[in-house]
Amino acid sequence: MKYALYTGCVAKGAGRELMSATVYAAERLGIQIREMKDASCCGAGAIQEDNPLLADALNARTFSLAEEQGLDIMTICGTCQGVMRTAQIKMEHNPAHKERVNAALKRDSGREYQGKVKVKHFYQIVEEDYGLENLVKRVTRKLTGLKVAPFYGCYVLRPHEYSDTKVPDRPDYLEKLIAAVGATPVDYAEKQKCCGFPILMPNKANALQLSGNAMIGALKAGADVIVTPCPLCHLNMDSYQPEIEEMLDRKINMPVLHYPQLIALALGANLDELKMNTHVVLPNEKLLEVVNR
Amino acid sequence: MAKTKFLVSRYDAARDTKPYLQEFRLEIPQGATLLDCINLIKWTQDGTLTYRMSCRSAICGSCSMKVNGHARLACKTQAADVVIDGAVTIEPMGNLPLIRDLAVDLEPFFDSIDRVKPYLVPDESRQWKREMLQSHDDYRKIEDASTCIMCASCWSDCNVLEVDPRFLGPAALAKAQRFVHDSRDSDTIGRIEFLSRVTGMWDCTHCAECATRCPTDAKPLFRIKELRTAAMTHKITNNNGARHVLAFRESVGGTVPGIGGGMLNENYIPVRSVGFFNLDGILSIIPVGVRMIIRGKNPPILPHIIDKFGEVRAMFRRFNDYRKEYRK
Ligand code: SF4
Ligand code: SF4
Ligand code: FES
Repeated sequence: MKYALYTGCVAKGAGRELMSATVYAAERLGIQIREMKDASCCGAGAIQEDNPLLADALNARTFSLAEEQGLDIMTICGTCQGVMRTAQIKMEHNPAHKERVNAALKRDSGREYQGKVKVKHFYQIVEEDYGLENLVKRVTRKLTGLKVAPFYGCYVLRPHEYSDTKVPDRPDYLEKLIAAVGATPVDYAEKQKCCGFPILMPNKANALQLSGNAMIGALKAGADVIVTPCPLCHLNMDSYQPEIEEMLDRKINMPVLHYPQLIALALGANLDELKMNTHVVLPNEKLLEVVNR
Repeated sequence: MAKTKFLVSRYDAARDTKPYLQEFRLEIPQGATLLDCINLIKWTQDGTLTYRMSCRSAICGSCSMKVNGHARLACKTQAADVVIDGAVTIEPMGNLPLIRDLAVDLEPFFDSIDRVKPYLVPDESRQWKREMLQSHDDYRKIEDASTCIMCASCWSDCNVLEVDPRFLGPAALAKAQRFVHDSRDSDTIGRIEFLSRVTGMWDCTHCAECATRCPTDAKPLFRIKELRTAAMTHKITNNNGARHVLAFRESVGGTVPGIGGGMLNENYIPVRSVGFFNLDGILSIIPVGVRMIIRGKNPPILPHIIDKFGEVRAMFRRFNDYRKEYRK
């Protein structure tokens, strides 16, 4: 099993601990990854709004880089995954658009996107290609007793026409992973809602309120930690948690784990290896207790 | 066939302090829509059940309600398709004051539409000798938004409206896109400026609920993206949302020297977005910056440049060509 790893910007910037956990988890699972050092930002929806054709061409370029290597793409960011799949599906559904994208791409970079490469988030690879049952076999540290709140992030669920999630209104892949590593998934109304990160700049109060509501929901449902496949959700809930606590005038103290961190912990990683001390919200008592048991 | 459990939200202000779910049982007739089933419940089991309906053919927009937690037109939904473990839950739309049972007060929704001048503003200075013709391409730009049936499904499930009732909301923004891109309208710039203010197009968080729930091609999120493209194209960028987009262009495209090459420069984004000379804005982003530096979570100071960046730079050098070549 080998994939071209599309890191996205966050795993190389404000979320480098995501990269450490991905490398750790992939290695222990026996999934080979080769980092795409020549791939650009996916545009995160912003370049798409500035210049839709250029944004699709940027992603078509990334796809052609993987095609050149003969590898499918593994993403580790829910937003990258949604944005890149949207570009792909748009081209699939509209051959004239694909032709325009390719004409521009060829002119400016000499490349062509053939339409062969598959783009999958790490979670899809674990579930569909690797198999949770195989992951279970490699678990060396069962996270028994840890109550984990799944937080999906919008981009892998909606719009439904651009989502690969099987029943996007009732997703269950995070719950299944949580159970597979021996922890307990908790259910709460906000798990499929928006974290608010995209409007952090234009409307910070709303952005923080959205994350705040989600974390309070998880807290009320009894969660010890949150897990998310999207590092932007992580950033909003983790880096801004002190401000959110101030705004809502209540303590939250909710560690927000990246998807591969949960896997890596179950495969025996220690907190330092995962650079969990770079989170703004450090591992809380319950997480320490489960990990150090 | 077994009977299906219909858990229907009930509320009567004269009697109840808050809504509750009442269970009805009904055998779903073959091919019945959800609205057919609700009608059957009203006609045969409880005549006081209150909801809106009219056309029964997905055109009047009256019958939207939350089905298993998400807004849908009851008349456009096959009842059998929404049964989960023998039950279906039916509740009133969200983000609107409840009147009774499934009927909500639609005033805030219609008020939002009024706020965007939902009518053509013609150029009065022009001598009109004949009607103004629309080309096929002209029409394509406004076609999708024109299909809105004012059902408020998008409004019901909008994540931003849940935290901020001042937000213009998806349907009004979709309606606004229809006029911004209408070749007969003379107020394009005025409209974009109005829509660029706080509570407007840049306040949408991309939750994509609207694009998912909308029963027509109006799909507001996609229209909001078209509005933002219009704002960027007309260079109406004096706000945090548009500057945030500029920061992407400048760091990914490397169009401002030293800022980046192929990847996002996460140190640049916040400063660029609030505006270089906006002291309050800069002050507001300092605490998170400090927290991240303390933890070593701050992005590397030197911008990351991807391998083969020349290819990406060549694309950004033709920025305007890409805009011209794009067809919806
Ligand atoms: S995408 Fe934007 S307008 Fe649509 S429902 Fe979400 S926040 Fe509201
Ligand atoms: S945009 Fe779609 S969901 Fe919103 S009111 Fe119009 S038809 Fe209904
Ligand atoms: S009754 Fe008219 S849209 Fe459903």
